[in-house]
Amino acid sequence: MNREDFPLLKEDIIYFDNSATSLKPTSVIEKMNDYYNNYPANAHRGDYDLSFKVNQEYEGARELVKEFINAEYLEEVVFTSGTTESLNMIVNGFFGNLLEAGDEVLITTSEHASNVLPWFHLVNKLGIKVNYIPLDDNYYVTLDNVKKALTPKTKVISLAGITNVIGDKRPIKEISKLAHDNNIFMVVDGAQMVPHIKVDVQDLDLDFLAFSGHKMCGPTGVGVLYGKKELLEHLEPINLGGGMNESFDNPDEVYLKPLPTRLEAGTQNIAGVIGLGEAIKYLNKIGMDKIGEQEHQLRKYLIDRLLPIKHIDIINFESDSGIVAFNVNKVFSQDVAYYLNKYNICVRAGNHCAKILKSSVGVNSTVRVSLYFYNTYEEIDNLVELLSDYNRIVKEMI
Amino acid sequence: MDQETKRAIIMENYQNPLNRYRTEDKSYLKINTNNASCIDNLDIYIKFEGDLIKDITFDGEACAISISATSVMINNLIGKTKEEALDYIHNFYHMTNGDIYNEELLKDGNAYNDIYKQGNRKTCATLPFRGLEKAILESLK
Ligand SMILES: Cc1ncc(COP(=O)(O)O)c(C=O)c1O
Repeated sequence: MNREDFPLLKEDIIYFDNSATSLKPTSVIEKMNDYYNNYPANAHRGDYDLSFKVNQEYEGARELVKEFINAEYLEEVVFTSGTTESLNMIVNGFFGNLLEAGDEVLITTSEHASNVLPWFHLVNKLGIKVNYIPLDDNYYVTLDNVKKALTPKTKVISLAGITNVIGDKRPIKEISKLAHDNNIFMVVDGAQMVPHIKVDVQDLDLDFLAFSGHKMCGPTGVGVLYGKKELLEHLEPINLGGGMNESFDNPDEVYLKPLPTRLEAGTQNIAGVIGLGEAIKYLNKIGMDKIGEQEHQLRKYLIDRLLPIKHIDIINFESDSGIVAFNVNKVFSQDVAYYLNKYNICVRAGNHCAKILKSSVGVNSTVRVSLYFYNTYEEIDNLVELLSDYNRIVKEMI
Repeated sequence: MDQETKRAIIMENYQNPLNRYRTEDKSYLKINTNNASCIDNLDIYIKFEGDLIKDITFDGEACAISISATSVMINNLIGKTKEEALDYIHNFYHMTNGDIYNEELLKDGNAYNDIYKQGNRKTCATLPFRGLEKAILESLK
């Protein structure tokens, strides 16, 4: 649905790599061009009309984000360069000053590197411990397994809402409740969740949430850090400089601005922020429920057609998102991707920045098809036809 | 070299690659070679004897182009001197860049003479050669 909104879809190309990044609709691109063409001034920094307009648009985008994730306060929405930066700010700027040697953080083997390496950094710096919640046979996180992994030392649970490898949706609300009942902080990597399902930070009772604009029809280089106000107040800014201070007469007398500006030092990605606001408007117009439903239908259609193909080994039959990971018998995942590329079909091969494949699934890499609402049944038919002929794959993969 | 012959060389070397096994023999130098942009990842084991490349084996996971190119490399370079091997490697790079190179020297390595047209597979074909080159240069230090 809504294919006419995406310039690339007018070309002869099938885009199935939406977990890596989504396509951008014309309205988002035009909104950003409008900024660059018609009011390309800096935000916060001028007493003239153009700059005022920048400020309005920029803060308007914050308002849109706030409503989109149902944050309680505007100050809880901080713009960053993306999920990775948001997570690094949360881990270093907040937990880096709070955790002590021996404290434990719970993650899983299917987390993206961006939700692993910042924690590893604290392991080396502070002597905290990273523990893994065991996954069940479907590679899912269950509440029971989280309970079993808790110890008196557990201070943080940090999980992707939906993973980028097998697309499983975690029971975040239940885990969050369990966390808070035990005085544990709940951090959610929303990179794959926020673009695909309705996320309500108050209902889920999240302490922190990170997500990127570019996976949800927005531009690259912009993302969001959400944090509960009373916690964000204690997040130490890593970037210090223009825009975030009130005065700085000498090192003892540096006064910083209030949230969220304090955490947005320097000239921000203004076009990106404004573009993200437009992307949210776009998603709202379609409706997050409808987006989720469409992906669900498309995925079911794809799985039903891949299942009878004997040489295809599907890693995740079940999944709540648009991700299907599989391998073709005795063919390296990258060769499958090259083969499909010959027919202008974009899929991703690899380990998708997570350790799960090797440690839990026992394969080093997979082919990953990740769907979004603008994909179609015909595109899936095309893919399935190409994948159903084993000899053709082997013949044409080089 | 016609397309059919190239295909046959690549498929044969992919499906039945030469010396694909790891060795624990300490007289072999082990070198890892991988592509940052993808998941090809090979360990290459090389036994030098003075100036001579006495043996090469390999192990790891990679695409059909990388695996087959490794096998072709092994086939052509065992028994060569380091200098001869470097000459072969450099000519292989020239070929994969679409530059002038010594066709005769590369023998079945010519199977990859179209690769320069596919930017994303060039790194696959050169992967084993970059590993071996590194090992030779290190051994000369
Ligand atoms: C689950 C998950 N977390 C984090 C990231 C990192 O996002 P970004 O590269 O936009 O910072 C990704 C992107 O691939 C992801 O899928």
